[in-house]
Amino acid sequence: MDFDLTEDRQMLSDSLNRFLADKYPVDHRIKVAYQEPFHDPALWDQLAELGAIFALAPEDKGGFGGTGFDISVVFESLGRVICPEPVLGALMATRILSHTDANQEALLSGSMRAAVGLGEIEAPYDLSSIATEATKSGDGYTLTGRKSAVYGGQAAHHLLIAAKLDGKLAVFRVDAADADVTGYAMIDGGGAAEVIMENTPAVLVLEDAADAVQDAVNAGILALCSEAVGAMEVLHAMTVDYLKQRKQFGRPIGTFQALQHRAVDMLTEIEQSRSIVIKAASELDGPDATKYCAMAKNLIGRAGRLVAEEAIQMHGGIAMTWEYPGSHYAKRIIMIDAQLGDTDYHLSRVMAA
Amino acid sequence: MDLTFTKEEQAFREEVRTFFKENLPEDISSAVKAGSELTKDIMERYHAILAKKGWLAVTWPKEYGGPGWTPVERHIFDEESCKFYAPRIVPFGLAMLGPVLQKFGSQEQKDYYLPRIMSGEDWWCQGYSEPGAGSDLASLKTRAVRDGDEWVINGQKTWTTLGQHADKIFCLCRTDPDVKQQEGISFILVDLDTPGIEMRPIKLIEGGHEVNEVFFTDVRVPYKNLVGKENQGWTIAKYLLTHERTGIAGVGFSMLALEEVKALARKVMRNGKPLLEDPLFAARIAQVEVDLEAMKITNLRMLFKAQKQGAPGPETSILKIKGTVINQELKDLARRALGPSAAPFPGAITEGNLALAPENHANNAARYFNNRKTSIFGGSNEIQRNILSKAVLEL
Repeated sequence: MDFDLTEDRQMLSDSLNRFLADKYPVDHRIKVAYQEPFHDPALWDQLAELGAIFALAPEDKGGFGGTGFDISVVFESLGRVICPEPVLGALMATRILSHTDANQEALLSGSMRAAVGLGEIEAPYDLSSIATEATKSGDGYTLTGRKSAVYGGQAAHHLLIAAKLDGKLAVFRVDAADADVTGYAMIDGGGAAEVIMENTPAVLVLEDAADAVQDAVNAGILALCSEAVGAMEVLHAMTVDYLKQRKQFGRPIGTFQALQHRAVDMLTEIEQSRSIVIKAASELDGPDATKYCAMAKNLIGRAGRLVAEEAIQMHGGIAMTWEYPGSHYAKRIIMIDAQLGDTDYHLSRVMAA
Repeated sequence: MDLTFTKEEQAFREEVRTFFKENLPEDISSAVKAGSELTKDIMERYHAILAKKGWLAVTWPKEYGGPGWTPVERHIFDEESCKFYAPRIVPFGLAMLGPVLQKFGSQEQKDYYLPRIMSGEDWWCQGYSEPGAGSDLASLKTRAVRDGDEWVINGQKTWTTLGQHADKIFCLCRTDPDVKQQEGISFILVDLDTPGIEMRPIKLIEGGHEVNEVFFTDVRVPYKNLVGKENQGWTIAKYLLTHERTGIAGVGFSMLALEEVKALARKVMRNGKPLLEDPLFAARIAQVEVDLEAMKITNLRMLFKAQKQGAPGPETSILKIKGTVINQELKDLARRALGPSAAPFPGAITEGNLALAPENHANNAARYFNNRKTSIFGGSNEIQRNILSKAVLEL
């Protein structure tokens, strides 16, 4: 049993944290996260050069990591600065492509950005309800349907789209230029896209892809949960700092027990969150990955809401402002719950497991 | 990161399993399973079985006759003992006083008391809380005044768990009323046979007798019964409280309780389906299952840290808070699963009608009420929050 990071992962974590702290000061983050293309392409390149994406894939697929713990380290660092770079799309794409023989060099080096389109407006989480249809057309295929809230879709060169092929789930590659892609900023910063396809040309990547897509979703959930842990820890530290500095009634508000106990409850839930992320990371490549990822997403959804709402409440009015960094952390933490299945959805998945 | 146990630890787990399989009498495990009050005979027989194997004083180092286990090995032992429905080891002599004497006791005290704790010759109980000193323990008033070679003790202790079985009590007494509260307390050993001591049972909410109040009227004990230095008692009390905090999460008990609730909910029907398939009930079970799964890892993380640093830190208070909340939720579910069939008063449950409810759960309501104690004793969950606020968040 060992709960320390290996030396390699500690180095990766340290260098990412240094880079992100340096390049993503919060005012820069707030600026790029809300203006087109809703991330910083120059920093994307540098992040990729540091190996942040190579770390998400195993060696035999061209990366240098790819385990649950590698994914967790990278996304926790991203969460600490609420980084809006579309790394989630790269992760989910490499998870799907790793079920094929595709060369992933362009994806892992960051020169090609990919986004994965799963959810639809009437089925945001449920893979079995996907309605987008693939049709054979000459040597290739065409897709018809609409993918909603495709994270990073606004900045992607390629879209990996899940669609029904003869009643079964398959994954296709669509050139972003061939589809009707409408990008937009999200409430918590960073970009997404609505992707509308009508007889849009597509290349079959993987047939019978249900397991591969579930694997990509599991990895994505682990990534989001790790990101949430990073963001929650920073927001909690900000809150505790504020409790020490802010004076009312002639003393720091952190001397009031009513607030102390709530700050402790946040700590408790963050520690529980870190624990369930560790568990999900350790199970990511095992037979029960779906169950443990569902558990993680359920717990993080609850903990995240507590941490974000309590942080805002205990800060008071200042956390209601755009100017205060904590408000942006709170938004990101809350909205993570809406990605790849929220806390209630995953509770039902735990019940079904 | 590596969540697996070493080969040695896995082999140890097998050894513990085999031991329980071969040595734990059926009447003991079924008494634990039934959740009824354990008799003194059962606890003493269980202790003797462990002592014979050298596994009784689990926290003691080898030099004092303990097994010399690491925190992880202790965790494995706890987990397996739960699975086999073994009783909890009565902690007062073994887990509390023993380590205190090893750290603060005189050679004479160690030589005399430690073997008697191990052999079961002395049954110790704890004289900490008082009617006016619960969470604010340092405000305790029981007075010990030196008179030549003796202490004269006057006052009252309460919540003395299993005092009805005990021969001796270790007490925190005020020995200097004129200094800061924490600096005027001493740790004194008292023989319960001494004239002037009266122990009265306290009947608990569910009707059980676990705790007692103890009255001291001009009780004279030898001066040499002082442990450590005069007025060092608060330091000793804190050492005792923080010394053995692994296992505080009760993960093993909760894992068992979860399995029991599920088993029960498979048998009980609601709306034509097993209760376990009822969405509202199943959602509550799933939620606590998620929390418990995280708790297991939180517990292991803190064990790992304790093993690395040599001692558990203040963050173990998280285990107490979350662990008790999880366990109490499970007790609530177990009570609800049976509805009115969980309601019999324990005194009304006899061998003959235990089968009133499946799997001997007729006392689930009683267990629910009894279990409310866990978030109160050993430092209430509010006190744990104070500790975390001060020691971890530095508020």
